[in-house]
Amino acid sequence: MLFGIAWDTSGNWAFTTSIFPILLQGLIVTIKATVLGFFVAAVLGLILAALKGSRFRLISWPARFVTEFIRDTPLLVQLFFLYYVLPEYGIVLPAFMTGALALGLQYSAYTSEVYRAGIESVARGQIEAARALDLTPLRTFSFIVVPQAIPRIIPALGNYLVSIMKDVPLLSVVSVLEMLNVAKIIGDRTFNYLIPLSMVGGLYLVMTLVASAAIRYLDTRLPKRGIPLR
Amino acid sequence: MTEPIIRFEKVVKRFGDVTVLDELDFEVAKGEKVTIIGPSGSGKSTVLRILMTLEQIEDGVIHVAGKPLWHEYRDGRLVPAGETHLGEMRKEMGMVFQQFNLFPHMTVRRNVTEAPIHVLGLSKEKANERADEYLELVGLSDQADKFPSQLSGGQQQRVAIARALAMRPNIMLFDEPTSALDPELVGEVLNVIQRLAGEHDLTMLLVTHEMQFAKQISDRVCFFDKGKIVEQGTPEDVFGAPREARTREFLSNFINAAA
Repeated sequence: MLFGIAWDTSGNWAFTTSIFPILLQGLIVTIKATVLGFFVAAVLGLILAALKGSRFRLISWPARFVTEFIRDTPLLVQLFFLYYVLPEYGIVLPAFMTGALALGLQYSAYTSEVYRAGIESVARGQIEAARALDLTPLRTFSFIVVPQAIPRIIPALGNYLVSIMKDVPLLSVVSVLEMLNVAKIIGDRTFNYLIPLSMVGGLYLVMTLVASAAIRYLDTRLPKRGIPLR
Repeated sequence: MTEPIIRFEKVVKRFGDVTVLDELDFEVAKGEKVTIIGPSGSGKSTVLRILMTLEQIEDGVIHVAGKPLWHEYRDGRLVPAGETHLGEMRKEMGMVFQQFNLFPHMTVRRNVTEAPIHVLGLSKEKANERADEYLELVGLSDQADKFPSQLSGGQQQRVAIARALAMRPNIMLFDEPTSALDPELVGEVLNVIQRLAGEHDLTMLLVTHEMQFAKQISDRVCFFDKGKIVEQGTPEDVFGAPREARTREFLSNFINAAA
């Protein structure tokens, strides 16, 4: 029994249908961690990209260093660090939060590179025109550059969304009850690993296919010239 | 004579090893319409880009409206200008680019109102009124809610002119405004610029290859070559009786120039 739902080991099919609602509980956690992690990666990545693009080295170099550091150390190390080290300094976060944060942090390094490429793809003349009109650098960045960069980077960002989803099982090592962890617990207790683990694989396949389709749809629908501002 | 509104003194601009402006001295009087002509790479666009603070200078001093452009006085000393000073100076000028550089994700109206609202602090209503005023001036009142991609090149450039004018600059800089246009669209843009040239107080600096047009609207024509002004004078003088061999050689490439 898990999450108050009992399993039925009388037969393979009965077992499958009885653990399905339990795995769905884990799936919800997986989706939540994905969404939160992606949100952190999307926002933090944009900030990092903006800092890296700064004309001032005092700003751009630390941002570059942080990106490089995050990208070149394993996610698991960062996860353990946040989970075991931060509490020593009085910062205690629930395991789920720590995990989602670690995911977001790791992927912000990747998304920042995506943003940077998108930002650099915006024509130089756009920034010159904004400067000639005396728009502030912040306004130029947020209202001229980013709306034109976003549609171009949607596919790449979408790929990272799928990657984050596939990395969520790592959170099981800090005891987050995401889908794989749930399946493993079921296996531990019933000595049947084949069915729950196969179901996890199947559910993951469905999720990634849906996410990919959604991204493709978004990509065809977004105007290529930028997000329209009326 | 009154203080010129633009004054270049021994201005030097280099791109790497290439000297684009070579100790350039250049003045423009208030209200004057000056056309800059010359072969590509002669530094003529650079003059406008430096004025619009899009390119820095290596040496020399530029004054705009009596104030140093790339420098400012701090504790009585002339130091390189900070961003605040540059922002102040930019308000004197508006620029129209060869490639229009309209914001493609904004409607025509938003293109024209963006800076008046967020730089000058105008209310939305006031900015809209102003946009209507200038869109009417360039003959595009009925296109305000379209996006730039829905307009022809000539219409886009006219929007760009309206966008620059909406900031009410004292100086308008036109950087080859018709060079990216199909020939049949050049006329409508030139008509708008010609109408602006009728404004007594507006100072205009125009870089162009449209010699016939330069002849019509300019008070003065400057022929640039290799970062220097080789020859300048009234359009009649420069086009009709060029003194310098280099000017004659350049103008001979334009069949209609002397006509």
